[in-house]
Amino acid sequence: MASMRAVWPPLLVLALLLLIWEAAVRLWNVEPWLLPAPSRIMLDAWEARERLAGHTLATLRLTLLGFAGGTAAGFALAALLHLLPVLRSGVYPLLLLSQNVPLIALGPLLVVMLGFGLLPKLLLVMLVCFFPVCIAMLGGLGGSDPALDRYLRMIGAGRWRRFVSLELPGSVTHLFSGLKLAASYSVTSAVVAEWIGSDKGIGIFILLSSKGFKTSLVFAGVVIVVLLSLLLFAAVSGTERLALRWRPRKEGAA
Amino acid sequence: MSVLEITGLRKSFPQGSGVIEVLGGVNLSVGQGEFVSLLGPSGSGKSTLLGLVGGLEQPDAGEIRIGGEPAGSKPGPAAYMPQQAALLPWRTVQGNIELALRISGRSKPEARELAVEGLQRLGLERYARAYPHVLSGGMQQRISFLRALLSPQPLMLLDEPFGALDALTRQEMQQWLLSLWEQDRRSVLFVTHSIEEALMLSDRIVVLSASPAVVVRELQVTFPRPRSEKLWSEPRFGELKAELYAALRSLEKSV
Ligand SMILES: Nc1ncnc2c1ncn2[C@@H]1O[C@H](COP(=O)(O)OP(=O)(O)OP(=O)(O)O)[C@@H](O)[C@H]1O
Ligand SMILES: [Mg+2]
Repeated sequence: MASMRAVWPPLLVLALLLLIWEAAVRLWNVEPWLLPAPSRIMLDAWEARERLAGHTLATLRLTLLGFAGGTAAGFALAALLHLLPVLRSGVYPLLLLSQNVPLIALGPLLVVMLGFGLLPKLLLVMLVCFFPVCIAMLGGLGGSDPALDRYLRMIGAGRWRRFVSLELPGSVTHLFSGLKLAASYSVTSAVVAEWIGSDKGIGIFILLSSKGFKTSLVFAGVVIVVLLSLLLFAAVSGTERLALRWRPRKEGAA
Repeated sequence: MSVLEITGLRKSFPQGSGVIEVLGGVNLSVGQGEFVSLLGPSGSGKSTLLGLVGGLEQPDAGEIRIGGEPAGSKPGPAAYMPQQAALLPWRTVQGNIELALRISGRSKPEARELAVEGLQRLGLERYARAYPHVLSGGMQQRISFLRALLSPQPLMLLDEPFGALDALTRQEMQQWLLSLWEQDRRSVLFVTHSIEEALMLSDRIVVLSASPAVVVRELQVTFPRPRSEKLWSEPRFGELKAELYAALRSLEKSV
């Protein structure tokens, strides 16, 4: 239960910070449109709960669709490139290079090409989720233990068998590190995608609230984005723990 | 007919700008039910030779026949046990054995039944559900040997299977392997660095020179079976040991 105990100190610090925030705002009478107190944020968020819920759901849907589509595509391309080394040698360097492209900057371009529907937003989130999984998987698939590979070839295992029995299961750790990266970027990229062109979603909610000087609702939106991110990350980590139960327990493993 | 018949085997690898010849015309055979040890200095090409038998690579010259068929004509012509146990870490002991049996062509239920039976016969059933990383090095090698033993091929290739074990465990494992092998006498080609090990286990010992390797010495080991550690104290054992030691020493000097 060491992990449970590790949760308390940061929570305590967080509570303390909120308390100081609350006290400071009250003490100096800060204008609510400049910096609302935590209590004010909660009250306003509660009042706007129905609108908030609707927007949250829209963002969640975009995030999950993009995450699922992008990571699946990344996985599939990695497998294909790994099994076809000729293709890999041509594409892999480009993949590495493309990591330096700020994908979010592609948003307006996608809107120009694909209009204002769900598609350009989805594509942006997918792209953001695609690369970390694809690159991590390529590393994992190519990094299997040569001694195990030699053993399997000696006893007559064919290419497909080695892929399924050695390379794929050996890449699960890599797959999850890619999925975790994708999970942490996906909500943010969904919010940015909504800014580019949308009428629904937390991104839009934040944008509209800030234009209307409803700062407390901006804060509420940000909190929801953070919570969604954490939730998705936790879901991926939980799945990883289930998938890697065979692994020797290591001290200090994240 | 020999289970394994190697004639004039040559193999070179590119190295730097040139090539290095590793096998320089090796002749070797393993008869039905015969235990043959391959002894040679490090880097003399023993693992390379096993790889050629397994069909991982093509020889430059010469011929390899396994049960009469040329190497490479059929995947997985021999059971194999490497120095590192080569157990998949995400499969249980039983799962690892089952995989090897599936690759050698057994159906799923057959593989399961054979694995369970084999583990029971060797008294290892309590490890069936364990993952390899919880086992000691010696235990991992037992599983690895059992896996090779259960494979249907008549020929077994063992590449320094006890090379990574401590001396005491190594001796234990030799006796264990000996007792198992003497029960059903498969044809074995056994690579080792240890003269004692070769003498203890083999019917015949083949000594390779440093690369380019050729067979420089062949020795029939006629101690009666079943054998035990008592062999160590026999004068004949000491004589053969000295002879092999001298043969290997002279190889080192000529390099
Ligand atoms: N694929 C390869 N490419 C280039 N050189 C190779 C290759 N495989 C083996 N060699 C070389 O062939 C020589 C023999 O290697 P091999 O592993 O067969 O020796 P060995 O007798 O098994 O040695 P050890 O007793 O240390 O296991 C070594 O010098 C090695 O560098
Ligand atoms: Mg070797």
